[in-house]
Amino acid sequence: MLTKRIIPCLDVKDGRTVKGVQFEGLRDAGDPVALAARYAQEGADELVFLDITATNQKRTTLIHLVRDVARELDIPFTVGGGIGTVADVEVLLLNGADKVSINSAALHRPELIDELARRFGSQCIVVAADARYTPQAGWQIYTRAGTHNTERDAVAWCREAADRGAGELLLTSMSNDGTKDGFALDITGAVARAVSVPVVASGGAGRMEHFTQVFQQAQAHAGLAASIFHFGEIGIRELKEHLQAQGIPMRL
Amino acid sequence: MEIAVIDYKGGNVQSVLYALERLGVEATLTADAEVIRRADKILFPGEGEAASAMQELRAQGLHEVLPTLTQPFLGICLGMQLLGTHSEENDATMLGILPFEVKRFPAAAEFKVPHMGWNNLQRLRSPLFEGLREQDYVYFVHSYYAPVGDYTIAEAEYPLPFSAAVQHRNFYAVQFHTEKSGPVGTRILENFLKL
Repeated sequence: MLTKRIIPCLDVKDGRTVKGVQFEGLRDAGDPVALAARYAQEGADELVFLDITATNQKRTTLIHLVRDVARELDIPFTVGGGIGTVADVEVLLLNGADKVSINSAALHRPELIDELARRFGSQCIVVAADARYTPQAGWQIYTRAGTHNTERDAVAWCREAADRGAGELLLTSMSNDGTKDGFALDITGAVARAVSVPVVASGGAGRMEHFTQVFQQAQAHAGLAASIFHFGEIGIRELKEHLQAQGIPMRL
Repeated sequence: MEIAVIDYKGGNVQSVLYALERLGVEATLTADAEVIRRADKILFPGEGEAASAMQELRAQGLHEVLPTLTQPFLGICLGMQLLGTHSEENDATMLGILPFEVKRFPAAAEFKVPHMGWNNLQRLRSPLFEGLREQDYVYFVHSYYAPVGDYTIAEAEYPLPFSAAVQHRNFYAVQFHTEKSGPVGTRILENFLKL
């Protein structure tokens, strides 16, 4: 049976993980490869690296990171953050990335999704979408790290992205991100019902039951989180054992 | 031992080279028919779209070389599907080394396409899986599948049973990514290198 996936997300800047990481036994908590290896060993099903470097060195450091991770790790990983062209995607895949996620560039020019899917296959093209809820407008998609409201309806955009060839959607609720009050079950469920590709839920995980909810009530295929894993608040193995005991299929 | 990894611009080849590197094995990435014929072991990874992969293989003349090989050969993912006769993906004519036709997973509410993630192996029946247990998990990413047949040496379900691995003579192939399947995948690669 296909399992649900647990995915730690690592924010990377200038080749180093950012956001404090508190892990005992890691010689260098800022080293994304060491952290990634640790997560893989604990049973992470996949990893996501989000590059938030804003300098023009970005491309080079990201390629190095991809190469180092691919060399060390034997589980799949996705890279994202400011990726905008077919050439950007090509170099990351050639260096060993399994999947590449695009966000603002896809909203700016949706045909990019078609081009990438045709060129590389849908299986490696993830469209990341950041959604925020307002009572007036419902769930809308934001870009540029959440600063710009595209005024596009979240479900409609996710459906378009999947129709254009995205092989997976990474849906982050900005309304939930950082709250630790749980995932946005309504929009995650609405998107999972609307598209025929897997949906990764992100934003709001704080406790183990939040994962149970997002899998059982919102039909997410994977749950992504950052800080709860980085700070050791929830161990990946402990989380997966808990979910398995709730009847959710897990790789253990 | 000479190991050739076939280079036909079929995506994520680098991960397979790294997996071999982790096993301490050197491999040559090549499209050269002579190097391929001489190799002791051949890996045939692949990702992407079937018709363009076949086009590239034909452009390099490899569609005639591959079926004549006699040494242990391991197709991975699209590299497995290409061994069949035909694919529904853009109506592609494949290499025809094994008698299966590649079909698209029917879309169903609960079963998204691509089939992406960790799924378990069942009915293992090959030295390729020595040391593995029934229900061990491996990583799949694919929208098309080969049905179960006489050539099947491992199955998985999504929701219908399909070929997770196949074999005919020296041609072994797996639908999942050995290079991304943690210790289980590593063991399969090791087993293949011992064939």
